[in-house]
Amino acid sequence: MEFYFDSLADFWWMDGHGPFVWAAYSVTIVLFIALAFGPKLRKAKFIKQQRALAARQAPAERGSKE
Amino acid sequence: MAWQWFHRLGSPKWFYEKTARWTQVLGWLALAMLSVGVVWGLAFAPEELKQGNSYRIIYIHVPTAIVSMAGYYVMALSGAIGLIWRMKLSYMVMKSAAPVGAALTFAALATGAIWGKPTWGTYWVWDARLTSMLILFFLYLGVMALQEAYQNQESADKTCAILSLVGMVNIPIIYKSVDWFFTLHQPATLKLTEKSTIAPEMAYPLILMIFAVYIFYGWLVLSKTRVEVLHREAKTQWVKDIALGGR
Repeated sequence: MEFYFDSLADFWWMDGHGPFVWAAYSVTIVLFIALAFGPKLRKAKFIKQQRALAARQAPAERGSKE
Repeated sequence: MAWQWFHRLGSPKWFYEKTARWTQVLGWLALAMLSVGVVWGLAFAPEELKQGNSYRIIYIHVPTAIVSMAGYYVMALSGAIGLIWRMKLSYMVMKSAAPVGAALTFAALATGAIWGKPTWGTYWVWDARLTSMLILFFLYLGVMALQEAYQNQESADKTCAILSLVGMVNIPIIYKSVDWFFTLHQPATLKLTEKSTIAPEMAYPLILMIFAVYIFYGWLVLSKTRVEVLHREAKTQWVKDIALGGR
């Protein structure tokens, strides 16, 4: 198996179909990257929220023990 | 005894702990397979005789389209399991599957439209396959919107499950649309039961990409479900330990 195109310029242009092929791949790759990071960001946000909540509750709990 | 795994699978904590390793493995596997598949399809597969290089879009168009339909079954059947056995975890899978499915449907529609321009001379036609895929996209969006429309999680889950199940009739229609209505969209070239009408050196990267997108899908739904578990179990001690322990 070898590189199908004669040159990198050829690979980029693809006999005029380059813009379509690269556009389709770009849309998909951007979408996949966004999908991949979604759960990570949501988890980080959740942990931040829970810590903020715990920090707010902590002084109240200490107060009730006294 | 045989059903024990099923009940244990219904426990969010057990699920969260057991899927940690799997999620990582699937994630890296998906990344590796997608990278190899994309490079193979773009740079190493030969040119198609009639369509020229524009056919290279097949390596993302067909896998995303297939998995967007299979993903609908995942969503609808998770909803059904939730309805029948009242399994909370199953509803969480259903909720996670909706945005992933919507994104893949969008990818299939977008890449198909871009492919349509050099091949058919137009980005869009109201062809049976295209229209039924657009309906699939709206069904996914409908499930996502319904999730947000209820204050009560249980009501949201039940309604979403019912909408998912009703929408399932669309899947065989999409699948068969190219045979029933012979309009613009070409019939499948890769077949399981008879001889494929695609050359092997073009088919191998396509098969790889189909598996890659399936694994990517599995990884995404698993990751999303894990985060959903944390949200819905936020009041339990084990989730507090994770959130405050920084794991």
